[in-house]
Amino acid sequence: MLLQKKNLLWVVALVIALFVPQMITNPAYRQIAVITLIFTACATSWNMFSGYSGYVALGSAAFYGTGAYTMALMANHMHVPGNGDMFWLVPLGGLAAVVVAIPVGLVALRVRRHTFVVITIAIFFVFQLSAINANFTGGTGGLTLPYVPWQIQNYHLPFYYVALVVLVFAILLSAGVRRSRFGLQLLAIRDDEDRALGLGVKVFQVKLTGFAMSAFVFGMGGALYAMMQGQIYPQFVFDPMFDITIALMAFFGGFGTLLGPIIGGLVLESAQQYLTVTYSNGSLYLILFGVLFLLVILFMPQGIVVFVRDRMAQRQDRLESATKQVSNETPVAQGVHS
Amino acid sequence: MTALLKAQGISKAFGGVHALNNCSLSVEKGSITGLIGPNGSGKTTLFNVMTGYVKPDVGTVEFEGKDITNARPDKVFALGVGRTFQLTRIFARISVLENMLVATQREEGWLRGLTRSMSSKTELDSAMEWLDFVGIARLAKLPAGSLSYGQRKLLELAYVLVADPDVILLDEPAGGVNLTLINEISQKIRALNELGKTFLIVEHNMEFVMSLCHSVTVMHQGSDLVTGAPADVRSNPLVLDAYLGGSDDDDIIEEIAHG
Repeated sequence: MLLQKKNLLWVVALVIALFVPQMITNPAYRQIAVITLIFTACATSWNMFSGYSGYVALGSAAFYGTGAYTMALMANHMHVPGNGDMFWLVPLGGLAAVVVAIPVGLVALRVRRHTFVVITIAIFFVFQLSAINANFTGGTGGLTLPYVPWQIQNYHLPFYYVALVVLVFAILLSAGVRRSRFGLQLLAIRDDEDRALGLGVKVFQVKLTGFAMSAFVFGMGGALYAMMQGQIYPQFVFDPMFDITIALMAFFGGFGTLLGPIIGGLVLESAQQYLTVTYSNGSLYLILFGVLFLLVILFMPQGIVVFVRDRMAQRQDRLESATKQVSNETPVAQGVHS
Repeated sequence: MTALLKAQGISKAFGGVHALNNCSLSVEKGSITGLIGPNGSGKTTLFNVMTGYVKPDVGTVEFEGKDITNARPDKVFALGVGRTFQLTRIFARISVLENMLVATQREEGWLRGLTRSMSSKTELDSAMEWLDFVGIARLAKLPAGSLSYGQRKLLELAYVLVADPDVILLDEPAGGVNLTLINEISQKIRALNELGKTFLIVEHNMEFVMSLCHSVTVMHQGSDLVTGAPADVRSNPLVLDAYLGGSDDDDIIEEIAHG
């Protein structure tokens, strides 16, 4: 019963998501919606590895950028026409990110905790510097993608729906992993990696698989972003702020929970984009986010989802104990009267 | 009797500290073997070497006649050697039942984990059975982190058992546990032994070791000093010396001597 209710909520959310572009017709806001979906998908995917395994990766922009450059390079070199056909390159961007993530994971996943965080950041900068300095990436000038001649009014519609597909894919993947034996192994690694190893869990293979899987969604997100923008620059697709944002979304919503990064992504990214567009001030959101995060860390350190869940469980307990008390008291009262 | 698990001539140094020095130990199939010795005599290091957590500098470890000296812990476990830790190690943020499920498929390939659900009906049943065996089935749904120390010890024992290992290495199963629970654990071990499980037990509680074990090995300064039946070991002057020389703990000497 409870499960059905939960499923119903997902369906309602999906239906609402399908009709968002009908409610928002301003192209600027539609673009916000697309970027929000892309970031939410990335946050969900990030959480699928980092949240479940406890390995906080802060270099995932390397995979996002790889996806974006793959889209740009392939579209240009394969002379893909500037139309909906380009969407077929989105999964290829994801695959390219996976191919890149495997050697990165082979190196980075040998170390743990803080060292892992630092290594992922360092590897990210290798990617950024390569993109800035290499010839085939167009250097600081970046790359221009085939022009997609869609009307400005409805330009973002196809992107919105493809991004929604990517997000739904990321959610299903994360939910599937959470229910699988593989997901259980990731959680065991988070709690005690050496103990898991001693119980037959092939920890390195499990970590590497999770890491590479999460890169797939990053690559697709980057590819989609590149196609929508029509022009990519190394400092924007290989952006150190990208990972900070993604990680904060997951922590804000609920690190290691399925729902957390979705809520975090939807709330934070749309708020950030909205503030940037409305006040044409690119750093206003930083101040608000700073305050917000202080509040979250102080009052709900495990994120919104866990906070609400705990409160609901407490209320349930109180209700139950209250009813128990009543049923206990009744016979006593009767006893007194008789 | 044949040796199921055998360590031969193991040496291991951490920097300048020689934790193990030409140490040998043999665990007979179907036995309960005790491993005792003063603190710092290398018992836990030997455990780590035998289960793949530490690579020895010299020496070999054999299981059922196969060389497993440099096998990794997951491989050693898959072959059928399970262990617990001195400081109990459980997965605190997942449920007690999920803890059990981590260990249920010791020989499964890692890619298989992606395509299958967390547990099958049989795995779930056997997990619950073992939880029931150690007496904590009613706690199955709770996060393992909420268990008491004694309950954690039981959980650790249960999730090693669920994988059906042939030999089980217990690192201080009675440490920090109350008397009732010690007796309970002791009974469980004996019952499992009767079902054919082999045990190797590190323990400081002499009564526990002496009453339970068929054979006892005493370690001293990284080497195996004496091996024999509990009664013989107890009266061996070398053993008394080792404890006397190794520490000033008169109680332990008293305990060994008079048990």
